[in-house]
Amino acid sequence: MFFLVFNSIKEVPVKDEQVLPEAQQEKSGVTRRSFLKAVTGTAAGIGISQVVSPALIHALEKGLERHPVVWIQGQGCTGCSVSLLNSVSPPIADVLLKIISLQYHPTVMASEGETAMANLFAIAKEYKGRFSIVVEGAIPTAEDGKYCIVGEYHHKEYSMVELMKELAPQAGSVLAVGTCAAYGGIPAAEGNVTGATGVMDFFKAEGIKTPVVNIPGCPPHPDWIVLSIAHLLEKGIPELDDNGRPTLFFGENIHDNCPRLALYDEGELSETLSDPKGCRMDLGCKGPDTYADCYKRKWNGGLNWCVDNAVCIGCVEPGFPDAQSPFYEPA
Amino acid sequence: MAGCKPQAETAGSTQKVKIHIDPVTRIEGHLKAEVEVKNGVVVDARLSGGMYRGFEQILRGRDPRDATQITQRICGVCPTAHATASALALDDAFGVELTDNGRIARNLILGANFLQSHILHFYHLAALDYVNGPDTAPFIPRYKNNDVRLPKDLNQVGVDQYLEALEMRKICHEMVALLGGKMPHVQGIVVGGSTEIPTREALNAYAERFKKVKDFILKKYVPLIYLLAGPYGDLLKTGVGHKNLVSWGVFPTDNKGNTLLKSGVYTDGKDYDVDPAMIKEFVKYSWFEDSTTGLNPTKGETKPNPNKAGAYSFIKAPRYNGKAHEAGPLARMWATNPDLSKTGQDALGVKKFRDIGDAGFSILGRHVARAEETALVAMAVEEWLAQAQPGKETFVPASIPKNAEGLGMTEAPRGALLHYVDIKDSVISNYQITSATIWNANPRDDMGVRGPIEESLIGVPVPDVENPVNVGRLIRAYDP
Repeated sequence: MFFLVFNSIKEVPVKDEQVLPEAQQEKSGVTRRSFLKAVTGTAAGIGISQVVSPALIHALEKGLERHPVVWIQGQGCTGCSVSLLNSVSPPIADVLLKIISLQYHPTVMASEGETAMANLFAIAKEYKGRFSIVVEGAIPTAEDGKYCIVGEYHHKEYSMVELMKELAPQAGSVLAVGTCAAYGGIPAAEGNVTGATGVMDFFKAEGIKTPVVNIPGCPPHPDWIVLSIAHLLEKGIPELDDNGRPTLFFGENIHDNCPRLALYDEGELSETLSDPKGCRMDLGCKGPDTYADCYKRKWNGGLNWCVDNAVCIGCVEPGFPDAQSPFYEPA
Repeated sequence: MAGCKPQAETAGSTQKVKIHIDPVTRIEGHLKAEVEVKNGVVVDARLSGGMYRGFEQILRGRDPRDATQITQRICGVCPTAHATASALALDDAFGVELTDNGRIARNLILGANFLQSHILHFYHLAALDYVNGPDTAPFIPRYKNNDVRLPKDLNQVGVDQYLEALEMRKICHEMVALLGGKMPHVQGIVVGGSTEIPTREALNAYAERFKKVKDFILKKYVPLIYLLAGPYGDLLKTGVGHKNLVSWGVFPTDNKGNTLLKSGVYTDGKDYDVDPAMIKEFVKYSWFEDSTTGLNPTKGETKPNPNKAGAYSFIKAPRYNGKAHEAGPLARMWATNPDLSKTGQDALGVKKFRDIGDAGFSILGRHVARAEETALVAMAVEEWLAQAQPGKETFVPASIPKNAEGLGMTEAPRGALLHYVDIKDSVISNYQITSATIWNANPRDDMGVRGPIEESLIGVPVPDVENPVNVGRLIRAYDP
């Protein structure tokens, strides 16, 4: 069902005039070797050896020729981008300078306006069928797309809808990063009037066939984004569940794997939010209906996670937020 | 290419040249700038906020406690500020008083993200206006003549610090997560306080990281700002605006309403205490129903109309006492008027923030304010770490009231932030948000007066219309 796009992505490389100079590499500690070591270290640390196979390491090496990516923002909050910046292994500097060639990203790119838009369309043309689009944020389809204007080029104003219709068919693959891009998320919640839509639904309605990988989360863990990109580069689209998410990260139920499961089994349930012990079921935890590996990956360098701090609100699920509301009442 | 092909391309042309920049990049969100340049300076400006989601509509009918989670998703750079404003509004409506430890835990969560946000802003959003990154995406393409004036060695310092700052802001988010659960979008700020009672281990882990961040702020970030004032000194003299400021105050130091960064309004050269009743949101030039104009947020309505003729932005135009006021670090530091950092005092030869005078109301002045504020908040974080008590309660449970109103006023890194909630039958009946950037990036109000950034653009030099670098520099100084 999901064909491998590996062959079409293979012959990519973006030849920039000058990649990071030798001296810079040494100073920042970013060498090919240390980078690979860091990635392997991640796998060992979380005990998910299948995530970083030798083939994948090869991919990251090949990635040093840098796969072109354009990052388009719709109705989002930039939280997914900020989360990506928190990547530990590899650090974001490595992602930007070694793995991907981030040709367009409104939050970090040097250029603006016409210069930025010209580059966007030029890259799409030059790498037709071989570049990836990352979508962050939902696509508002009501009122002729007027609820999200993303740019102006040669006197023509582009809505998110128009830009996606023009660019998506030219791309090799699309990553819908964040629950908004994957399923509509909060902008698509009950009460919205903007016709906010996720990428897969939008493509279906518009007949766009470019393959999509959903990487939901509000925001997604940086590892889910980086390692999905790595998988895409080496082996193509990873195995996806019925919701279009890589089973690699979204195949396990949080409750069934929760470190606090034993407490649940013994009937020790937390009574207030600041109770450090106990299963969070009575506080509204949506772990039982949520599929993600947060329970072992944890967050922000493995320091903490939602359940230890309060409750899971099921932010990776297609129904978020309405299906999990109220967040602080049991389902 | 800089925008519409201008008819007259010579610098200082007496003909009016229109420049459109869309997207304005290295901000958060969607913004278009349309400026008119004549005789080498900006003579008119219109800013358009091009995206709408409708949080105020989406929140209706929900459990009030969910607002603290949902409103964080307004912004992935400052979710802790929205969580704080929402929690304050709910504290007010539910009638809860925080424990000391709860108040301090919230300050530690919010404080760490203030540090993150300001570091991110200067280095990863603004710096490429002053420093050239390596010749590789996303640091290229650039404007052909981008007016970067640094000699090679100083430019390399900038690049090195850009990369180091990526690590520093990541560390700040680790600090946030230690008490907040994860970041972006924390679990740890709720009505009644904070959800995770700090352990000695968590506080030590926070402190260990904080030490690295504090060193970076004091030894690299603050000095770099003052260093830039040399080659870019002209940018301390342009971008004045209306010269009115609002701050609601942030980081409560007790339960009596005192805050680290003070509240205060500065209008036409005079200081006033904050009176929330003075706030009105105008929509004549905003894509909202005209019937909803001129309302105080506690009576606010949000009814989008993207087809309304004459309007040009999804941002409402808030006015305080009928006048446009800007928000952000400049407003807070002006209201607080603390001693400058040692570096600042040595560089400027003055002692207190207001001694900077008019230079504060400029492109670079707003960067100076932000850097000084970062140092000040860092000092406070150190104190809160010492005050936090391991094992002491941070959360006070409270039931949802049947009918109640609540107002939460605080500060996001980019400015004054207000959440208002009206609860009826235990669910949200009305929820209005007057956020930081709408104070700065708004369009004209019903009286035809420009918004703060629009006004600040007037007089800004644009000698080269193909490379209008000062327009972006001015806008980014506000951190929209």
